[in-house]
Amino acid sequence: MIKTTSTRICLFAACLGGSLNAIAQERPIAFTNAELLPISGPPIAPGTIIVVGGTIAAIGPAAATTVPANAETIDCTGRVIMPGLVDTHSHVGGGWGGDASGPIQPDVRILDSINVRDSGFRKARAGGLTTLNIMPGSGHLLSGQTIYAKLRKASTIDDFAIRDAAGKPLGGIKMANGTNSQKDAPFPGTRSKSAALVRQKFLKAQDYRRKVAEANGDAAKLPDRDLEMEGLLDVLDGRIVVHHHCHRADDIMTVLRLRDEFGFKVVLHHVSEAWKVAEQLAKAKAPCSVIVVDSPGGKIEAMDLSLATGAVLEKAGAPVAIHTDDPVTDSRLFLRTAGLAVRAGMSREKALEALTLAGATMLELDARIGSLAVGKDADLIVLSGDPLSVQTKVLETWVEGEKVFDRDDPEDRLFAVGGYGAGRDQKAHGCCTDERLSETK
Amino acid sequence: MRACSHVLAFVLTALAVAAQAHVPAAEAPPLVAVYGDVVHTMAGPPIEKGVVVIDGGKITLVGSALDIPVPPAARVVRGKIVTPGLIDAHTAVGLTGYLNQDQDQDQLDKGEPIQPELRAIDSYNPRERLIEWVRGFGITTIHTGHAPGALVSGQTMVAKTIGETLDDAVIVPAAMVAVTLGDDARPGDEKKSPGTRSKAVAMIRGEFVKTQDYLRKLGLGDPEKRPDRDLRREVFADVLRGKLPLLVTVNRATDIDAALRIAKEFGIRIVLDSAAEAYLADDRIKAAGVPVIIHPSMRRGGNGETENISFETTAMLRAKGIPVAMQSGFEGYVPKTRVALFEAAIAAANGLTMEQALATITSDAAAILGVADRVGSLRRGMDGDVAVFDGDPFEYTSHCTAVVIDGRVVSEEPR
Repeated sequence: MIKTTSTRICLFAACLGGSLNAIAQERPIAFTNAELLPISGPPIAPGTIIVVGGTIAAIGPAAATTVPANAETIDCTGRVIMPGLVDTHSHVGGGWGGDASGPIQPDVRILDSINVRDSGFRKARAGGLTTLNIMPGSGHLLSGQTIYAKLRKASTIDDFAIRDAAGKPLGGIKMANGTNSQKDAPFPGTRSKSAALVRQKFLKAQDYRRKVAEANGDAAKLPDRDLEMEGLLDVLDGRIVVHHHCHRADDIMTVLRLRDEFGFKVVLHHVSEAWKVAEQLAKAKAPCSVIVVDSPGGKIEAMDLSLATGAVLEKAGAPVAIHTDDPVTDSRLFLRTAGLAVRAGMSREKALEALTLAGATMLELDARIGSLAVGKDADLIVLSGDPLSVQTKVLETWVEGEKVFDRDDPEDRLFAVGGYGAGRDQKAHGCCTDERLSETK
Repeated sequence: MRACSHVLAFVLTALAVAAQAHVPAAEAPPLVAVYGDVVHTMAGPPIEKGVVVIDGGKITLVGSALDIPVPPAARVVRGKIVTPGLIDAHTAVGLTGYLNQDQDQDQLDKGEPIQPELRAIDSYNPRERLIEWVRGFGITTIHTGHAPGALVSGQTMVAKTIGETLDDAVIVPAAMVAVTLGDDARPGDEKKSPGTRSKAVAMIRGEFVKTQDYLRKLGLGDPEKRPDRDLRREVFADVLRGKLPLLVTVNRATDIDAALRIAKEFGIRIVLDSAAEAYLADDRIKAAGVPVIIHPSMRRGGNGETENISFETTAMLRAKGIPVAMQSGFEGYVPKTRVALFEAAIAAANGLTMEQALATITSDAAAILGVADRVGSLRRGMDGDVAVFDGDPFEYTSHCTAVVIDGRVVSEEPR
């Protein structure tokens, strides 16, 4: 469908360098004559995007955008291009966070348990997702640290990591209240107990911080290192964002109460009853990442879940993203969730933003991803038509200037539509791995 | 403003309480005329600028609005796209409730592996909110009953998504006998049977052999030698007599073949349900003349036996000439039900035309359920069940703007 003039970006020599992360796209790529949905600005049609070194070097009307002479040109006439989708809440990869030993486990990192070959990642790419916040579950008050993952072709979790300037993988921390995290002791049995346990733990972290400060670098006075406390201090000092599962309106307000008491940054997730407290959420400037599912119910907390939550929050002025919570909704149908939100009254513009820039902002990655703008990572998807139409197919998914999904590739197509073998873990993606395996035969 | 009213409608829907979840039966259904820019009758080509006239709960006229004058005193409903009331070919709503608490979960008794005597009608709650929920999207008929999870979990029923009592709702009290083969047939206790696929099939065969003996004894002339009444045998006897089909929930091709083997051995009717790997057995399914009620493609748990689900299965089977219908299935958590309209939309986007996909939730579904003489198409004499949309029914951003059941306009909130 889409003509390309070069074959594989992954060169043998580049692979010897180790991490696939390090492979930079060298030859400029020009996506020409597409309908562009930059999200951060009005649609451009026909438009051209120039990608150099994995970032967007230029974007503009086709007539006014010069294609470099050495560029690989991809004619996207009749296609729609929008930013790669950002999923603020995913469980793809088979990762497990905290275990049954206790309700608050800030030392646990989901990155230590993710299988990057999980077929779910291939399905996510087929759905147009390029960045995921991969989370541990909601069965704890605090189930562990999350990882912000780029769906690059990967052999290890290191290839997925999005890093800060110091090279540290970025992520948030997962918390939950309501019924999921209530069970037998040492877990809480009530909502009040849940809040009390969290308050106690944050107070302890504040004490730890004070002791570290009082030691003033004196090794003799420093408290022993405590991974749990260090994780919580990342939260209290605003270095990482709390991603908080909550459904009921009162649980939502409890999270905001704790936020205001301890001063952490928080994104509210699922928020089934946010429509009941939309004005308060807007006033509190509380970022809301909404789940859109086919029916209410399934548990008491979701009995008043509404397809109109996004619409109500939008009208109240609260920031809205939409997430998959994969496997609760299938990553391949992420665009569909925005369609259903529009069905229930959300504006098209805000619904598309909810899949991209709004989520990027909630992950504090909006300087790098979430819109088609010069200087941003070249994470984009090529669509066959209107992103909100059931008939539209994701044709290609690109991460940092590399094509990671191509519907014309039979293997990729299998994961896009399903079929025999689509549930299997994917093959290793290192360009030399297949050769290496065949050599052992 | 229009968008605002949509939002309000959705929120009000979310607030709907049990008391609002049913529609009371009116004394006499009024005269209704439903106009559409396009009317998909599913009994012929679509009619541009068509009208469906319903009187006394039954369809009396279908045709071009140019030819049929507006009946005096008729309640008029208008929309862009008019279809037959939609049919969900397999669900558990009404037995399973949205709260997902013990008091509203009657879709499965795991006390024994084989309980065909359990009747859906004895659990069905017509006021269940999930029924109102799916009705809002145009679903007017559901085939509901005992969920997969036991080898033989009970009988299913067909009902309209309306009514205060079972009698208001039900149109087929005993439709099929629900059977599960594969992992979901295991009781979850290693010491209990069936623990393997082979054991499950052996148990089913044993039941039918026992029932054959029961029927032989019933046929004996001497009343003294007749067996005592046995509810279990009576249901299986109806299966052997061809009165009741088995609804066999299977996913792996291995289990599909096992189901076909049982059907052939005992000469019984079966309908395959879910059938994730049906595309691997399509020739055998076609040869056996067995219809398939295909899994919801969006069902939870795309692993285990359903890991090979394909969005294209409906199209592949239909291309083979196998009768197919779509379903919402059963969900054990959030969301508590799928919506058959949305599932057919996946088929419409993956190889079927709009009308073919529509057939999977109207005419073809009705045929598989044995109710095509009442529902599933817009023809004179059929039940007055109509769904109205403000655009392509399968588009995510379209709305179902009116629902008519038995000639009563039960919903006009855009959903």
